[in-house]
Amino acid sequence: MSEIKDRGYSNPDVLVTTEWAANHLNDKNVRIVESNEDQLLYSTGHIPGAVHVDWTKDLNDQVRRDYLDKKGFESLMSRIGATSGTTVVFYGDKNNWWACYAYWVFQLFGHKNAKIMDGGRLKWEKEGRELTREVPTFTKTAYTSPERNDAKIRVFRDQVLEHVKKRLPLVDVRSPQEYSGERLHMPEYPNEGALRGGHIPGAKNIPWAKAVNTDDGTFKPASELKKLYQEENDLRPGDNIVAYCRIGERSSHTWFVLTNLLGYKNVRNYDGSWTEWGNLVGAPIEK
Amino acid sequence: MDQFPQKLKELLDLFSMLSSEQERIDFLISYSDKFKENPDRIAQLTEENNVPFCESGVYVWAKKQPDKTLKFYFAVQNPQGISAKALTVILDQTVSGENPEKILNIPDDLVFKIFGQNLSMGKNMGLSGIVQMVKRKARQSLGSGLR
Repeated sequence: MSEIKDRGYSNPDVLVTTEWAANHLNDKNVRIVESNEDQLLYSTGHIPGAVHVDWTKDLNDQVRRDYLDKKGFESLMSRIGATSGTTVVFYGDKNNWWACYAYWVFQLFGHKNAKIMDGGRLKWEKEGRELTREVPTFTKTAYTSPERNDAKIRVFRDQVLEHVKKRLPLVDVRSPQEYSGERLHMPEYPNEGALRGGHIPGAKNIPWAKAVNTDDGTFKPASELKKLYQEENDLRPGDNIVAYCRIGERSSHTWFVLTNLLGYKNVRNYDGSWTEWGNLVGAPIEK
Repeated sequence: MDQFPQKLKELLDLFSMLSSEQERIDFLISYSDKFKENPDRIAQLTEENNVPFCESGVYVWAKKQPDKTLKFYFAVQNPQGISAKALTVILDQTVSGENPEKILNIPDDLVFKIFGQNLSMGKNMGLSGIVQMVKRKARQSLGSGLR
């Protein structure tokens, strides 16, 4: 894979290489954060000094379906020993799917000094780099966060309904089987947390993982991403775009790609996603 | 009514006594560490044996033994699928060698009992899919669809 700076991204600084991470393991201004789909993975071995941020326990409100609030975010940042000046580098399994989700949640609180380690765990492991089971401890910090600001990058169901009425672009980043609704109805298996299958009317199906190279988990160069999103699916940088999946985690990966790698200015993530839409009484559905 | 497998019952009793989340994690990882690739796995990676909804690429197949019990085999394609590896080792150790009637009585909330309440919905679906596939194989064996 080519150097990050040569891939034509609008904001190449949002990515760091595994080598960069390896050279900053002892950098006090850098906090490496692992976020995974598999909650056991961190404990089997992680990058030395990396702290675990688990989305179910650390990023979600533990009662309501929502993300943590200002107080919760300040507490999280204090626990991981981060200040407003700390560069937070996310990485994880599944081609950085959950790393991008954590990155997106951090942006709700305006922590701009955040990056993704290109290739995630897969690339780090393939390169034979060190993993440890030693869990780091940090001196607690006093982190002051602004109130969570959902307006710019998050969207709610009523806004999505208006979006549909105006025939504005939507991206469904789930698998084709989820998009069509066929997967919801397989016998003997649990449904996907929704009573109805299908997709939001007008949504284009661009599975999130098409943005990464499967061999090492790195992001594809801008030329290939533009071909996918612009040429093949007619999504333009100035468009008002809503991305969704099942609960908003895979779509945060696509949000990251469109916003940070291709420079789209108006992409929002609908984290209610199909588990909300597929259960909403009277919501329009297309199959 | 047949009870579900005794070894599984004993294991669930053990899980219910764990005093902390970290203890549960360590326990599960000790199971995942025992996962071994099956040498015959390639021939069995068929659509019929693939677990839907599981992000770790899990395959399950079963062979009926002369005494009518079932021996299960598992493949996990994702090397980072630690939870899937742990569950398949647990199922192999506690369910393989049991008769299909007992296997069908495995509780529906098995995944919850083993992994606890902090499991995400997607993960729960994938892991529950593995258990459902095991039960499907048991059902097939009773209907003579399994050799």
